[in-house]
Amino acid sequence: MTASVTELTITAEDRRVAWLATAAVALSLVDAAIPSPLPGVKPGLANIVTLIVLIRYGWGTAVWVSALRVLATSLMLGFFLAPGFFLSLTGTALSLAVLGVARHLPPRWFGPVSLSILAAFAHIGGQLLLARAWLIPHDGVFVLTPIFAAAALIFGTINGLIAAKLLAEAPTPENTP
Amino acid sequence: MKAWLALTRPGDWLVLAGGLAAVGFSLPLLLQGGFAERAIIRQNGQVFLDTDLRARREIEVPGPLGMTRIAIEPGRARVLSDPGPRQYCVRQGWLMRPGEIAICAPNRVSVQIAGRTRTYDSLSY
Repeated sequence: MTASVTELTITAEDRRVAWLATAAVALSLVDAAIPSPLPGVKPGLANIVTLIVLIRYGWGTAVWVSALRVLATSLMLGFFLAPGFFLSLTGTALSLAVLGVARHLPPRWFGPVSLSILAAFAHIGGQLLLARAWLIPHDGVFVLTPIFAAAALIFGTINGLIAAKLLAEAPTPENTP
Repeated sequence: MKAWLALTRPGDWLVLAGGLAAVGFSLPLLLQGGFAERAIIRQNGQVFLDTDLRARREIEVPGPLGMTRIAIEPGRARVLSDPGPRQYCVRQGWLMRPGEIAICAPNRVSVQIAGRTRTYDSLSY
């Protein structure tokens, strides 16, 4: 048997990303199952995974996990390449960008809660801007901004606390994904 | 509760306060265009009635298909019944924000809410 020309070696990092992305996808599905009074207002539980990944494995891994999550969730729920997919992608991209900057804040002063709140605001901000620029080109989009902002603040804080608790409970399990 | 508090760091409270301020500053957006103050009812493009939204009243507007009944209440208005086949304007329910409009196209009747500051009622490119 001839050896395959393209040899894919799976590293421990790949496995870790896959496992973490799976966890994030599962939480995204839970998110989608929770009824919401307003489209766009949801807990964003998958961000807990993003935060933990960011703090424990760095920004690059967080980007991978988030990108896989957005892709896989949209395929599972059937909105791949639909407006919701691009909203999700924009929100995630902007919150990752903000996290990329915010993670350099002194960790003695700013913990996961800060990162979570900033990411949540970036997420909804990105979605609103995309909606304004593309889906509903009218300033009426911004009428509900206060509600979205309040939801971002509340869920951002809660997710941040959960992430902080999980990080505190299992300090460095380097071997388990 | 105390266990959760231990998970926060001093700066987190700063970010939390900043977030609260952001929510506070964005609150005026909810009142964009002001409060609903007037209802403008049009028939065949002409203003049929321009009324304030203070007292409760019912208005009947004649159209080519029959009568469209409109209810006015303090701060809101709605189409009660319409002879049109699809009932879109009836199902829209209460209109209470400036700029909101229910159009009963078959009967050529529309109800629009206006505030003190005039939001634009049409956009042309």
